[in-house]
This record gives sequence, C-alpha cells and structure tokens, in this order.
Amino acid sequence: MMDTKEKQGSMRSPLARARGLGAAGHGSGHWMAQRFTAIANIPLTLWLVYSIITLKGASHEVFVAWLGQPVNAVLMILFLLSVFYHAALGLQVVIEDYVHCSCAKITALIGIKFALLALAMASILSILKVAL
Amino acid sequence: MTPSDRPLSPHLQVYKPQLTTMLSILHRACGVALALGSLMVVWWLVAAACGPEAFGTAQQFAASPLGTFMIFGWSVALFYHLCNGVRHLIWDTGHLLKIENAYRAGYAVLCATVLLTAAVWGCALKFSPDAALSAPIVSDTLANTTPKTEGWQ
Ligand code: HEM
Ligand code: HEM
Repeated sequence: MMDTKEKQGSMRSPLARARGLGAAGHGSGHWMAQRFTAIANIPLTLWLVYSIITLKGASHEVFVAWLGQPVNAVLMILFLLSVFYHAALGLQVVIEDYVHCSCAKITALIGIKFALLALAMASILSILKVAL
Repeated sequence: MTPSDRPLSPHLQVYKPQLTTMLSILHRACGVALALGSLMVVWWLVAAACGPEAFGTAQQFAASPLGTFMIFGWSVALFYHLCNGVRHLIWDTGHLLKIENAYRAGYAVLCATVLLTAAVWGCALKFSPDAALSAPIVSDTLANTTPKTEGWQ
C-alpha cells in the first residue's frame, strides 16, 4: 500500500530506487527540493520587489490594508515558506562544506533549521494577525 | 577527518581566477547574504503586527541612507542570484554545459543583473508613495486641504 503510493508520487527512476540512496545516504531529495523552491522563488521574489516599491513610505494603515487583501497575504506566506525552505537547504550545504568539527557542524545545522523555522513562524503569525 | 596518504588535488590558490569560478562563489555569497537580508522582511512583518509605532520606525529606517544602501545591496544580490540560479537550472537540464557556452551565459547573467538593478531602482526612485495611498486616505487629504484653499480665496 505505502509502497505503491510512494512509487506513484516519486520522481525518482526505478533504478535509482533499486540502487538505494547513493553515497551520501539520503538520495536526491535535497537536490530536488532546492530546485523546486528555486523555481518557486523566481516569481515570488519578483512579486516582493514590486510590492516593496509600491509600499515605499506607506503608513501602517496603508500597509495593513494591503496585507489584508487575501492575494497579498497568501503570496507573502508562500514567499516565506519557499524562501526559508530554500535558504535552510542552501545554508545546510554551506555549513557542511566549511564546518569540519563534527560537534560544531551538528550544532550549526540544527541551530540554522530551528532559527529559520522560528523566523518563518513569527512572520506568518504576524501576517495572520494583520490580515485576519 | 583522519589524514591519509592519498594524493591531494592541487590547492585552490594555484588556479588563476576565472569568470566561471568567480561567478560560482558569488552565487554562494549572494545566497548567504539574501538569507541574512530576509531577516528584514521578517522584521517588517513583525513590526506591522506590533503596531503603527514599530512599523513607523521600520519605514523610517528603510528610508534612511543606511537602510536604502542595505536594500540596494539586497536587490543586487537577489538579481544576481536569481539570474545565475536560472543558469544553474538550465545546466540541470543538460544545456549550456560546453565551456564557451558556460562563459557566454555567465556574461549574460552579469549584464542581466546590471539591467534589472537599474530598471528596478529607476522605477523605485521615480515612484511616489502618494500613488500607493488608497482612495479613502486620498479623500481624507483632500478634505483637509479643501477648507484651507477656500479660506485663501
Ligand atoms: C531571497 C531568496 C533566496 C535565498 C535566501 C537563497 C539562498 C540560497 C542559498 C543559501 C543557496 C546555497 C548556495 C550554495 O550552496 O552555494 C542557494 C542555492 C541556490 N539557489 Fe537560491 N536563494 C534565493 C533565491 C533564489 C532564486 C530566486 C533562485 C532562482 C532560480 C535561486 C536558485 C538557486 C539555485 C539553483 C541554487 C543551487 C546552486 C547550486 O547547486 O550550487 N535562489 N540559494
Ligand atoms: C532588496 C533587499 C532588501 C530589502 C527589500 C529589504 C527590506 C527591508 C525592509 C522592508 C525593512 C523594513 C523597513 C521598511 O520598509 O520600513 C528593512 C529594514 C532593515 N534592513 Fe533591509 N532589506 C534588504 C536588504 C537588507 C540587507 C542585505 C541588510 C543587511 C544585511 C538589511 C538590513 C536591514 C536592517 C538592519 C533594517 C532595519 C532593522 C531595524 O531598524 O530594526 N536589509 N529592510
């Protein structure tokens, strides 16, 4: 049951699955997630740049009205999810490349994920508070 | 890591700087800078939820010379990382991998970064915040100024 589901949902070839998870032991999931979020980031970051320009010097009242529009609230949440997930994956690789002492490495890897998750949650909660 | 007797690849310093290697490290540097810059988006949203006072401080900082400089830096990093990210995604499909094409795409990325930055800041500097004000607030402003004008007439 689970197995069939996974086969249908996975983008990995049967050979890749049969051979196991590769030298790193975790397969291509990280690589793919970095690409998917990169593609999503293109429209989302361009939308944010456009929005920042139109909100230049906006008062609190105007900003709250802007964020209260469902389109803007949804796009802002999508931006945060995609960019923070993308950044977590990207910073993980940077840490793995430069931090060699395994204790510091594990601390940094866990710390960066906790920090990014907390920041994303704080932002999303703020959006909901303003928009709802 | 345990040291081994296996031969090492030549160390990085023996290579002359090349466009491809410089663009590669720049992609990483900009990715890290963007992650730091995202803290500002967080701060902006949290300030808005905190209230008009906190939000006003944020807007004031963004308009200050230091704030504007930081936002400019973030935008350059974004446009470079975005354009070069597209170059990466094209590579992932198996295209532009021949050396001369990787170089051509690299120069194209640099040009696109400069053009995007110039276009966006051209628009941003021309943009007047008044245009962003929603209708009720514009009429508020009119209501406040109208009696004054009448008084002068
Ligand atoms: C604010 C938004 C963004 C942040 C914070 C961010 C952050 C990062 C970081 C930290 C890395 C890891 C760098 C490395 O390992 O060398 C990375 C890699 C990458 N980013 Fe982004 N990025 C953002 C937007 C984008 C956008 C818009 C694209 C569009 C295509 C993109 C495409 C990529 C790609 C393809 C990689 C993988 C590069 C590789 O395999 O070496 N990113 N990003
Ligand atoms: C295009 C890139 C960037 C954008 C769109 C951006 C956006 C913002 C925004 C929206 C604010 C809140 C101010 C407001 O609008 O009222 C802000 C403040 C701020 N930004 Fe950025 N930012 C960018 C890049 C950066 C970078 C790269 C840094 C430094 C690494 C930075 C550091 C700050 C700081 C320190 C504040 C003020 C925080 C405070 O006073 O509490 N920004 N930025």
